[in-house]
Amino acid sequence: MTEVLEEKDTHLSNFARLEREFAGKPRPWVHRIQTAAISRFAELGFPSNRDEEWRFTNVAPIAKTRFRPANGYEFDGVTTKQISRFTLDEFDSIGVVLVFVNGRLSEELSSYRHLPDGVKVGSLAAALESDRDQVEPYLAHFADYKDHGFVALNTAFIEDGAFVYVPTGKVVEQPIHLLFVSTSSGEPTVSHPRNLIVAGDNSQLAIVESYIGLDGGVYFTNAVTEIAMGQNAVIDHYKVQHESTEAFHVATLAVHQDRNSNFRSHSISLGGAIARNEIHATLDAEGIECTLNGLYMATDRQLMDHHTTIDHAQPHCNSHEVYKGVLDGRSRGVFSGKIIVRQDAQKTNAKQTNKNLLLSADAMVDTKPQLQIYADDVKCTHGATIGQLDADSIFYLRSRGIGHEDARHLLTCAFASEILAQIKIAPLRDRLEELMLTRLQKGAAIKEGS
Amino acid sequence: MLEIRNLHASVGGKGILQGIDLTVRAGEVHAVMGPNGSGKSTLAQVIAGREAYEVTAGEVIYDGKNLLEMSPEDRAREGVFMAFQYPVEIPGIANNAFMRASVNAIRKYRGLPELPFKDFRALLKEKTKLLEMDEDLLKRSVNEGFSGGEKKRNEIFQMAVLEPKLAILDETDSGLDIDALKIVANGVNALRSNERAILLVTHYQRLLSYIVPDFVHVLANGRIVKSGGKELALELEDKGYGWIDEKVKTAELANV
Repeated sequence: MTEVLEEKDTHLSNFARLEREFAGKPRPWVHRIQTAAISRFAELGFPSNRDEEWRFTNVAPIAKTRFRPANGYEFDGVTTKQISRFTLDEFDSIGVVLVFVNGRLSEELSSYRHLPDGVKVGSLAAALESDRDQVEPYLAHFADYKDHGFVALNTAFIEDGAFVYVPTGKVVEQPIHLLFVSTSSGEPTVSHPRNLIVAGDNSQLAIVESYIGLDGGVYFTNAVTEIAMGQNAVIDHYKVQHESTEAFHVATLAVHQDRNSNFRSHSISLGGAIARNEIHATLDAEGIECTLNGLYMATDRQLMDHHTTIDHAQPHCNSHEVYKGVLDGRSRGVFSGKIIVRQDAQKTNAKQTNKNLLLSADAMVDTKPQLQIYADDVKCTHGATIGQLDADSIFYLRSRGIGHEDARHLLTCAFASEILAQIKIAPLRDRLEELMLTRLQKGAAIKEGS
Repeated sequence: MLEIRNLHASVGGKGILQGIDLTVRAGEVHAVMGPNGSGKSTLAQVIAGREAYEVTAGEVIYDGKNLLEMSPEDRAREGVFMAFQYPVEIPGIANNAFMRASVNAIRKYRGLPELPFKDFRALLKEKTKLLEMDEDLLKRSVNEGFSGGEKKRNEIFQMAVLEPKLAILDETDSGLDIDALKIVANGVNALRSNERAILLVTHYQRLLSYIVPDFVHVLANGRIVKSGGKELALELEDKGYGWIDEKVKTAELANV
């Protein structure tokens, strides 16, 4: 019990310090949310394996680490050049990239160009002051902190992140890239990026959220993104999790969809020692399309956990979900996909697939599809597979002169390509394909060397 | 080119090949026929290097080298090609990307630079015409959703692109309608040359009307029980395989 108290203490005392720093700032409406969230965190604490939703993911290494807030920590001399390999030149040079270093927006590294009139893209910290009317109706309304320790913690520390507001009828043609960079300061730090994306009726945009570690070290990214979609809005959301190998990454994406809106999520996980990604989609009107695609590639001792919930609350909505995992070394994957079809949600069409490829004998995966159906006229399917590279396929490639390792890489890439092929931003897709191949080759080199 | 001596092979501890002797010279076409379970396909697989088959005795010399010591990829790079009886479907790898990886892996082994993309495209185009294949098949995943005939044709297409020295066709004719059979035979005949040898493994004589072999061997119970010219295939067509079974039984009784 003492231990548990200590785990929370780190963050509670960080909060107390924050309170002192911000004393007197005239933002009582945000403060009310923050204090409610920190009290909730004090009650909930960190989840344990006894909690069904955390059965396969032990967060003790996160809970036991004494993190210093990364907020206020200076930008550490991060230069455009250092981050250039993570930006997506082809579109960043003509589009929008917001660069956050250790949780704070760096105006110097960011660029905003060619935004249609009325579209707002910038720091949430600034928007809390200047755009209260457009923030307050949404902030902390979709990512539920009452039931989730990490979301509560993030909410208590709401400070910076991205605020994107696209008014009714506006189409943002260039993707908006949110790049979260963490640097190592020698001692463990925590940042709580908080993003709010509001898409008005008939609007359209693409968002790329990437999380990267510049120079290794232990740090913790605890992110929350909320997305509110108006009627007929279209959003393509790309998440690239490429944190340092010692880092912890816990993130929740909550999307609320209105009538006839179309949300497509592409979640790619490559980094982190422990990475947990949650997506909660609420389909709260008729005619909605929701697509959740994901690819996780883990190696060494990485743990990658994906939890998704698609809540069909209204009739005539379609959801499609495909998550694929490639697990090497002694890594571990977790997939839990919940689909709720409420009593009113007749004519729901929901399809979920989770496929896992184990590249080593020591890799493991737990997959758990959960369908909760309360309506009677629906079409819901789900399927999960866990397998190895097919020996016949390997032989087929080798019999055509392709080397054994190359054959394995080709087949692994082929397995993952179903997800990557759906990425519509070509430079992003190319970068990820390249990254995947380099990683596989590196992995093979290690194996051959041992 | 290919010298097989006293080859014994087993799968899962069960002996399948019981002492095969076969010599194939450059420029020759040999047909290996025999009833189901006689070991025809095993022979093809062992030459291609399938690891599930264990060679328990004998040797296979290809171009003066010990073939059995080579990895499957090195055999391919040295010019051995097997058209699969059951070609594998590989979702996510396009046919043309697969061929490019294959062509360049073989060229690298031979100390040649990668084939320029333009030349590669021209090569593929030429070979699709030879096999009367729709060029769209090149962009599709390898064999995925192909009909049985398309798969077999794709095997011969790959053979035409890779231009092997020794080509083994493992029951490529099985399940083909007569039109597809003619196209496949046409593709194979186009590859016949003095530098190349072809080994046709088949159950039926039908294929041999279109690809006329120089030699025909009859396999039964893992041994070649009879060898002859192309007329032997016709004899088999007339009599069926029944007489071979009789012959083998008699031989086995004599051994007891």
